[in-house]
Amino acid sequence: MSTASAYGLLGAVLVGLGLYGVVLQAEPLRRILAFNLLGGGIFLLFGVMARRGAGAGFSGDPVPQAIVITGIVVAFAATALAVHLLLRLQVARDVPAPPEEPRA
Amino acid sequence: MSGAWLLDGVLLLAVPAIALASLLSRRILPALAAFVAYGLLLALVWMRLGAPDVALTEAAVGGGVTGVLLIGAAARLRMPEAEAPPGWPLRLLTALLSLGITAGLAVAVLALPEPAPSLAPQAAAQLAATQLGNPVAGVLLAFRAIDTLLEAVVLVIAVIGIWGMAPDGAWGGRPGPEQLRLAEGPVVLLAMLLPPIGIVFGIYLAWVGADAPGGAFQGGSILAAMWILAWLAGLVRPPRIDSLALRLLVVAGPALFMLVGLAGFVVADGFMAYPAAWTKPVILLVEAALTLSIAVALCLLVAGWPMRRARA
Amino acid sequence: MMLGTTPGGGLLAFALALPVLAMLLAFVAGGRQAGRIALAALLAGLVLSLAVATGVLRGGEALVLTLGGWAPPLGVALRADGISAVMLLTTSVVMVGTALFAFTSYSGDRGESRASLVFWTLLLGLWGAMNAVLLGNDLFNLYVALELLTFAAMPLVCLDGRAETLAAALRYLFFALLGSLLYLLGVALLYGAYGTLDIVLLSRLTRADAPTLVAAALMTAGLLAKTALFPLHLWLPGAHAGAPAAASAVLSALVVKAPFFLVLRLWFDVMPELATGLAPQILAGLGALAILFGSALALRQARLKLLVAYSTVAQIGYLFLMFPLAGAAGATLAGAWTGGMLQAVSHALAKAAMFLGAGLIAEALGHDRLRDLGGAARLLPMTVVAFGLGGLSLMGLPPSGGFVAKWLLLNAAIETQQWWWGLVLLSGGLLTGGYVFRVLSASMAGPAAAAVAVVSPGRQAVVLVLAILSVVLGLLPLASFGLVQIGRLAP
Repeated sequence: MSTASAYGLLGAVLVGLGLYGVVLQAEPLRRILAFNLLGGGIFLLFGVMARRGAGAGFSGDPVPQAIVITGIVVAFAATALAVHLLLRLQVARDVPAPPEEPRA
Repeated sequence: MSGAWLLDGVLLLAVPAIALASLLSRRILPALAAFVAYGLLLALVWMRLGAPDVALTEAAVGGGVTGVLLIGAAARLRMPEAEAPPGWPLRLLTALLSLGITAGLAVAVLALPEPAPSLAPQAAAQLAATQLGNPVAGVLLAFRAIDTLLEAVVLVIAVIGIWGMAPDGAWGGRPGPEQLRLAEGPVVLLAMLLPPIGIVFGIYLAWVGADAPGGAFQGGSILAAMWILAWLAGLVRPPRIDSLALRLLVVAGPALFMLVGLAGFVVADGFMAYPAAWTKPVILLVEAALTLSIAVALCLLVAGWPMRRARA
Repeated sequence: MMLGTTPGGGLLAFALALPVLAMLLAFVAGGRQAGRIALAALLAGLVLSLAVATGVLRGGEALVLTLGGWAPPLGVALRADGISAVMLLTTSVVMVGTALFAFTSYSGDRGESRASLVFWTLLLGLWGAMNAVLLGNDLFNLYVALELLTFAAMPLVCLDGRAETLAAALRYLFFALLGSLLYLLGVALLYGAYGTLDIVLLSRLTRADAPTLVAAALMTAGLLAKTALFPLHLWLPGAHAGAPAAASAVLSALVVKAPFFLVLRLWFDVMPELATGLAPQILAGLGALAILFGSALALRQARLKLLVAYSTVAQIGYLFLMFPLAGAAGATLAGAWTGGMLQAVSHALAKAAMFLGAGLIAEALGHDRLRDLGGAARLLPMTVVAFGLGGLSLMGLPPSGGFVAKWLLLNAAIETQQWWWGLVLLSGGLLTGGYVFRVLSASMAGPAAAAVAVVSPGRQAVVLVLAILSVVLGLLPLASFGLVQIGRLAP
């Protein structure tokens, strides 16, 4: 088996672990963590595709590599949104509900 | 050769082990520590896969800044926010489903065609036209520039979304907790010493990204990391969210990129095309603006929503 | 089929640039300017989407724009075929209606408020993301567009900042993220198998091997979670009912259609061979369950906005009846395809009207409990009529757009001897009639209710116009729907 395929199997395992965590982690922060484990596995699969496509003097196909860079930043934005929403939810549950705002 | 195989072997065992540790650890801080280690090990994996650009991004954003964000949240969250732990039938079902997906992926990965289809030859052939030396930069700023542009917009939207979580009375205030001193003692010293070096390194990364590994995202995230360090040490504080300068910084990158894209209709061959004689300077200009906006957005995404109205 | 830029393709650039630049400008200008910038941009966008639709109709083929002059597979193209053009136009109409409806509520006249800035910038962000999804021709570019859509939609769910809606937003975010990651996983496999992510190129390359099938399964599952097809609908009612009415309208009318649109792309464009056999029957089966459960649950709701949200769960189900019906051969295929798209459009218009109408009723009465809705019809006659007209379309009664949609699907079911789907269509219509009647009879009972707030006639008129559009759609001659057939990759 080639190195790339071995890392491909690693990606498959990480995806499985991440998914298990995403579904079953009861604490929201841990679920967010599991999302990041899952994302790591998915990006790794793109890396494997890049490595398999090495050629033309490049150590890997630059297209999937660039896709991962974009993907990592998007995943960070998702993590930040989830984390701050969670923190906000904690505050909202501490404070008694404000009088209902006019609906629009 | 055998050294490389040894490294591969260690990584192939260590990465799933540390992921498992992160999932199963009973307490949150060890789980987060394992996650940061997971990010660093993945960065090594990326080096082994011949992708130094990705390794830099993974280490800086995937491990570093994400780690800071999660650890900061863990410090502020009262932990047992949990729902009831799921019962065994659901656990079994999820385990089977996850296992099934892993198996399906494994079969799919092993059944991929040989030789692998690749865009490397096309990228190599067209790279000269972009006047860039780094093929990944070529993809990010020319061939698939639209992804990069949309992604910069994603960061702006995420900033707006997070600010939008502010309690109503706090609108206009400074992002994040008011009294923040998570880091003390030696870390403060580090926070005073490191940023000058880090800022130089961040700008360097963004600058060389055109021709060597690096680029707007890596450079931007190093710059952001430096600010965050100083913020954690209580040395700097973010500006108020109604600051015009701050908002201009947040949108500068995507706005300039989009306007350059539209200018392509007039001065080049169409939307998002660069004028042939000016390709590299224009790309560098766009990249500089992107680096700045990305750095500012990442800082804001870590800092969070304003908690109280700023006193004038 | 060409991959170069077609005449008129340049228009597509503006469909992305206009919302994005307007959003950035509104964010910087803030205050009372945000709403004005949004409304102006949306009105310009309406003209733009009319121009795109005209361009597609005139040329009789899809508009294509290769970005930066880099042709796929190395580069990325935007492409507007008939269904893109129709959905682009629908998006514009619903967005303009929503913006007019919300203009005074989020005016920002007393200085910039949190809700006003966030509402207008994210509405523009949603619009840009919708356009990116509808025009995207590259599977990874579409991933970024989908995330853009989620990130813009999620904060709107919890705009009021109550713990209940914050929790609904978090649940929505988790479902949506899981969905997009499953989608992304499939994208990785397809790249490994074919070395391109361009939909037009893939449509000529795909084969039924292991990587492709695994990718199709993962991507479909992910998109179903995002479009809230039964049984992955659990996040939807809380999120759509908890959002402010103007946001609910956009979320329910448009946002859930985006992942559905990508399922269509995937099954009919990327891998047309999938749209035969057992798989489409399974999708339609889930759709049937969505129709029955969603409608039954809508019938049992105590609150108007939750009833309307459950109705979305059911109406999403109808869209998936397309898969076994439009996969058949000949004219039936064309009919079922048109019927499905017509369902998407008429539901968008009707549901926007119903959510906005529910919002006005809640505003005027100070609550939206169905039990105490008596007198609402005397207080807000225009709004209740609009709600009824929207309901007509959801039920599938003539002469509404929903009628033609469901009639075309029914026709296809009978012609292809899949009568069981016809049975689902008919019983779904009855259940829908049940919950719409519940609202109408409750609001018509009793004397005029005491109003806690005055609702301007202008905003009522916006709601009525949207509802009328969903009905008028059914009066157009069938031939005018030829637009949705243009540029299909697999006949």
